[in-house]
Amino acid sequence: MNVFMTQTLNGLGLGSIYALIALGYSMVYGIVKLINFAHGDIIMVGGYVVLLMMVTMGLPLWMAVIGSVLFCALAGVLIERIAYRRLLNHGAPRISLLITAIGVSIFLQNLFQLIFGSDAKSVPQMFAFPPIAIGSLQIASSTIINIVVSVLMMIGLHLLVNKSRMGKAMRATSEDAGAAMLMGINTNHTVAFTFAVGSALAAVGAVLYCNTYPQLKPVMGNLLGLKAFVAAVLGGIGSIPGAMLGGYILGVAESWTKSYISSNLTDAVVFGILIVVLLLKPTGLLGKNVKEKV
Amino acid sequence: MKNSHKKAAASYAVNLVLVLLLFAALYFLVSSGTVNRYYADLISLVCINVTLAVSLNLVTGVLGQLVLGHAGFMLVGAYACALFTKSSALPISVSFPIGLVLAGLMSAVFGVVIGVPALRLRGDYLAIITLGFGEIIRVVANNLKITGGAMGLSGIQAIANRKNPAGMLPYAFFIAAAAIFISFAFARSRHGRAVIAIREDEIAAEASGINTTYYKLLAFVLAAFIAGVAGGLYAHHLGVIDPAKYDFNRSVEILIMVVLGGMGSITGSVISASVLTVLPEALRSFSNYRMLAYSIVLICVMLFRPTGLLGKYEFSLSGTVARFTGKKKPAAAGGVKGGGAQ
Repeated sequence: MNVFMTQTLNGLGLGSIYALIALGYSMVYGIVKLINFAHGDIIMVGGYVVLLMMVTMGLPLWMAVIGSVLFCALAGVLIERIAYRRLLNHGAPRISLLITAIGVSIFLQNLFQLIFGSDAKSVPQMFAFPPIAIGSLQIASSTIINIVVSVLMMIGLHLLVNKSRMGKAMRATSEDAGAAMLMGINTNHTVAFTFAVGSALAAVGAVLYCNTYPQLKPVMGNLLGLKAFVAAVLGGIGSIPGAMLGGYILGVAESWTKSYISSNLTDAVVFGILIVVLLLKPTGLLGKNVKEKV
Repeated sequence: MKNSHKKAAASYAVNLVLVLLLFAALYFLVSSGTVNRYYADLISLVCINVTLAVSLNLVTGVLGQLVLGHAGFMLVGAYACALFTKSSALPISVSFPIGLVLAGLMSAVFGVVIGVPALRLRGDYLAIITLGFGEIIRVVANNLKITGGAMGLSGIQAIANRKNPAGMLPYAFFIAAAAIFISFAFARSRHGRAVIAIREDEIAAEASGINTTYYKLLAFVLAAFIAGVAGGLYAHHLGVIDPAKYDFNRSVEILIMVVLGGMGSITGSVISASVLTVLPEALRSFSNYRMLAYSIVLICVMLFRPTGLLGKYEFSLSGTVARFTGKKKPAAAGGVKGGGAQ
C-alpha cells in the first residue's frame, strides 16, 4: 500500500510537469490550430538558461527562475514573430506551419547542442527541503513543490483567461479570428501573448523538471514535448483543466508502469495511451466536440 | 483515344530503355572498377535515399500529411529483412529479395496499426503519432533481445563486397526506379486523384463520395511499405543495424529532401535526395552544422517558397522532346507525366 501511494504521488509530481507543458500546447493549439513542435524545446531552453544563470553567472535561484521565465517568454514571442506569423496571416496550408514548427524545433536542438555540447549536463540542487513524512509515508519535497506550483499556475491561468481583458481577447480570437479582428481586437498581439504565456509556463515546467531530475540534454524536449502533447490530447486539446487532468493521469500511469511493469516500457505505454485515446475519444476527456462548418 | 494510348506506351518504352541504359552505364562504371568502392557505395546510398524521399513524398506531397517517423519504418524494415536473411538457410541472392518483401510487409503492418487511429480523424494527428512511433520503436528495439538491444544487429551479410563491388547496385537502382514508377502511376491513377482531392479539401472530397479514411490509409501504407523495403536495403548496405542511426534526425533528413524539392513533385524529390546525399559527403568538415543548416533551410523554404524549389513541376522526357521539336505547346507538355498536376 505504501509503495502504491508513493508511486502515485511521484506520478502526480511528474504529471504536474507534463501538465504545465501541456497547457502551453493546448493554448497555442486552441488559438492558432498549430501543434507547436518547438514547445518541447522551449523547456530545454528554459533549463539551460537556469543552469547558465545559476552556475556560470552565480545568481541566486529566484533570479535564475525569473530570468528563465522571461527569456522563454521572449523566445516564444520571437519564434511566433519570425517563423509563424507570416504563414498564419497568409492562411498558409497547415502542413507548411507544421513543417516550420518542426524546423524551429530542430534549430533550437542543434543550436544548443553546438553551444553546450550533446552530453547531459547535471543541474545543482535547487530547493533543498527534507522529505516530508506522513505516518510511514515519505514524500519527496520536489513532488509537493511540483503539485503546488502546477495547481497555482493553473488557477492563475484560469483567472487570466476568464477574467482579464487579454483573456477575453484570447477566447475571442480562438473562437473566430476574423470576427475578433472586426471587433477591434489586435489578433497579432493576442497570438503573440498566447505564445509568451505558454512559453513562460514551459519555463516554469523546466525549473520543476530540473529540480526533480537534475539533468539537461539538448534533445530532452523531444520526448518531454511528445508526452505533454499526449497529455493535452488525453485531456481534450484546447481545454485548460483538460490539459492539467491529462498531465496528472499520464504522470501516474507512467509512474505505475515504472514500478509494476518495467521502466523500459514507460514511453511505449504513453504512446499506447495516445493510440487508445485517438481510437475511442479523439476529443479527449474534457474536450468539446466541435462541428466543422463548411 | 487509341492514339493517346499508343503515345503513352511509346513514352513508357522510351523511359524504360533510358533507365536500363543508365543502369548499364552505372553498373559498368562500378563493376569495372572505374569508380572506387567509396563512390560505388555512394551511388547505392543515393538510390536508397531517392526511394525514401519518393515514398515520403507520397504522404507529405500527394496526400498533404506530415510524417515525422519515416526512419521508424526504415528500422522496422531493416530488422525484418536482416533477421530473415540471417536466420534463413537460403543463399543470399534468394533470401535477400524475399527479405525485402517481408521488410515492406512488416513495415506496412505497422503503417496500418498507427495509421488507422490517426487517419480516421481530420487534423494533424499523423504528425504527432508518427513522431511518437519513430521515437518509441527505437526504445523498443533497444530493449528487445531479438533485435540485439542497444548494441544493434551485426553480422548481416553485405551484398556488395570486395569481390563484387556492384552487388548492391541492381537492387538499390531498380527498387528506386520502381518506387519512382509506382509513385508516378499512383498519383495519376483513380486512387491518386482521390488522394489529391483529399489534400486539396478533405470535406469536399468526402462530400463527393470519396472514402477519405481508406484513401489516406492507402497512401500512407504504400509509403510505409516502400520505406520498409528501403530500410532492408540500407541494413544490407551497411551490414549492421544501429538503432541510433534511425532516429528523429534521419526522419527529418528525408523530410527535407521532399520539402526542398517541392512537395508533390517526384522529380524534385529525386533531385534533392541525390544532391542532399552527395553534398554532406563532399562537405564533411561542415557536418556539425548540417542539421542546423537543414532547419534554417526548412523554415526559409516554408516562409518564402512554400512550394519548394520545383513546386509541382515534373520532368517529362516526351514533354521535353516535344517542346524542343515544337510539336506541342509547352503548357500542354508539362502535363504529360504530371504527377501532382492533373
